Amino acid sequence: MNQLPLLSVKNLKTYFDLDEGTVKAVDGVSFDVLPGQVVGIVGESGCGKSVTIKSVLRIVEKPGRIVEGEILFRHQPDDASEEQLIDLAKLKANGKTMRSIRGGEIALIPQEPMAAFSPVYTVGNQIMEAIMLHLPVSKQEARQRTIELLREVGVPMPERRVDAYSWELSGGLRQRAMIAMAISCNPRLLIADEPTTAIDVTTQAQILNLLRDLQQQHNTSIIFITHDLGVIAQIADYVVVMYLGRVMETGPVDDIFHNPQHPYTRALLKSIPSIRSQSRTLLPTIEGSIPHPFNRPPGCPFHPRCVDFMPGVCNVQTPVLQPVNERQAASCFLHHSIAEETLTAV
Amino acid sequence: MLQYIIKRLLLLPFLLFIFSIIAFILIQAPPGDFVTSYIAELASSGSAVDQAQIDALRAQYGLDQPMYIQYFKWMGRILTGDLGMSLDWKKPIRELISERLLLTVMLGLFTFIFTWIVAIPIGILSATRQYSFFDYFFTVFNYVGVATPTFMTALVLMWLAFKYFGVSVTGLFSPEYVDAPWSWGRVVDLLKHIWLPAVILGMDGTARLARVMRANLLDELKKPYMEMARAKGMSEWRLVLKYPVRLAINPLVSTIGWYLPMIFSGSVIVATVMNLPTIGPMLLRSLITQDMFLAGSIILIYMALAVIGTLISDILLAWLDPRIRMEES
Ligand SMILES: Nc1ncnc2c1ncn2[C@@H]1O[C@H](COP(=O)(O)OP(=O)(O)OP(=O)(O)O)[C@@H](O)[C@H]1O
Ligand code: SF4
Ligand SMILES: [Mg+2]
Repeated sequence: MNQLPLLSVKNLKTYFDLDEGTVKAVDGVSFDVLPGQVVGIVGESGCGKSVTIKSVLRIVEKPGRIVEGEILFRHQPDDASEEQLIDLAKLKANGKTMRSIRGGEIALIPQEPMAAFSPVYTVGNQIMEAIMLHLPVSKQEARQRTIELLREVGVPMPERRVDAYSWELSGGLRQRAMIAMAISCNPRLLIADEPTTAIDVTTQAQILNLLRDLQQQHNTSIIFITHDLGVIAQIADYVVVMYLGRVMETGPVDDIFHNPQHPYTRALLKSIPSIRSQSRTLLPTIEGSIPHPFNRPPGCPFHPRCVDFMPGVCNVQTPVLQPVNERQAASCFLHHSIAEETLTAV
Repeated sequence: MLQYIIKRLLLLPFLLFIFSIIAFILIQAPPGDFVTSYIAELASSGSAVDQAQIDALRAQYGLDQPMYIQYFKWMGRILTGDLGMSLDWKKPIRELISERLLLTVMLGLFTFIFTWIVAIPIGILSATRQYSFFDYFFTVFNYVGVATPTFMTALVLMWLAFKYFGVSVTGLFSPEYVDAPWSWGRVVDLLKHIWLPAVILGMDGTARLARVMRANLLDELKKPYMEMARAKGMSEWRLVLKYPVRLAINPLVSTIGWYLPMIFSGSVIVATVMNLPTIGPMLLRSLITQDMFLAGSIILIYMALAVIGTLISDILLAWLDPRIRMEES
């Protein structure tokens, strides 16, 4: 795998300054997405998955802001000149370049398809709008393309559904329409933020298959967010495990499942009775609860709940993400002794 | 959509019939009638009236008949387009109120346009720049606007206009046009005068509307569809105007219905203070003198306007929000 990454997030920090204090929603996240790769980001609710991808898309809402880090993306300018590596974190969030990338090169499939379509415009209107923002087509062509896209994602009777409102469609169809909108401008990176949590299990499986098919046909890269390891097993090539705004472990999906290195990954895996299970509540078997965002523990964020906790080390210093074998990386003192504090001190 | 409009239109005569009965009952409600108050007036000016004369008067105006007969006679005349005579002014009602009515509707329209043109942008800017200087400024401004009685604003502005510009801004016309027949010059003169009362009457509504718009829009701005529209790469302005504004304006549109009647009644004090030839003061007087056919006509017209206003706002609502359209058909 000597391919250059399509997206490379480096030490990303996104904070929210509130009256009560600063919420460090994303606090030093790094990961790469290779062309054609499906990267699954997994972690408990509130660990910063959504804020991470909102940072990549530069749609973090106020008072959130990127305080540090790089988001390197291989941008393909419209004039078909050569690809350029640009740092999205340095672009103006609502500037022209960022807007052409958003929706054009990086597209989002949101968590709640019901609420993500506006109820007062037809689904077709909203998909056509996305197309006309990024491609030089007429209204007629955009409509034609919309119908074809709806057909491609498996919406029956697309000629009629194009004029339907989102609230006239079932949950599964709505999510398919969302996917049609996301792929409408041939993005090179799709970001799916828990796209299957709001729908039933059967439809969920169909949607996952659809994404997998689309990904293989178009060789799109996907960042797939979920807190369901079962879903990760079905779709991801590569896994990023997050906890409290930091990356705990990364690695190919097989290694993560069969040879987890980080105590948190192991706890997560133990908490699913079986991968096929329908249970979506992962945590009852992990001891303790997630600390409040204002009360982040010092040192390793996981130490209050970690079975391997080493007093005097884990609660004093913060481990950084380091390779632990040829394929996996982990931030845990069981594997190395490199701490953030010593790095910054040097 | 067409079906929806037709359904509403068919309902209209029925509503008006009910309202006309209510109007009639309301006018009859106070004790006594026009003759009673007429005699009281005569008595206070020293002239005596005997019972025979009173009965003759009652018979002349049909006041001796049972109420329902009076109602049907009144209705019968109205349906042929005859509003009857004013007992008090001794003039045909149509002649009395037509110009005043026209001016009132014009004033209402101007006030309405002023209110919306000013309030909606302020509401949008305040919401999209929440907690900015602009937002704080207009929050204070709006509180003051709501809290100040309209007649106060009228008095202050009239005083300012008189003191600094030496102009007397009462009425809707310059003296030479007050009783002149309609002409281009009169229209221009009206336009020169009408904006001040429109602004004064609209102040309060503008403040309210801007606040409601801001609150509604703030709710909408948090909705997930906003994030999705941003993720598509839409520019912020286009997105705000296309998606949330349309939904935030919705609840405001439903208030259009009672807007005109509100301006009518709300403007009585201002109309008196500014000596505006609108219909509010005339209604007030007709109620005091129990000039029942005049009061009845005016109230009936109010109600008709309210019904038509509601119809317009219903149609607008259905046009803005497809979910309402679906529900109805
Ligand atoms: N607008 C905001 N203002 C303040 N804090 C925020 C805001 N958005 C997110 N956060 C905080 O950032 C942290 C991470 O939130 P995020 O939405 O990224 O979690 P998540 O991993 O996506 O969780 P979930 O699985 O529930 O979607 C949370 O602690 C949350 O409280
Ligand atoms: S660093 Fe220490 S506390 Fe943190 S996961 Fe590793 S062993 Fe557990
Ligand atoms: Mg989330």
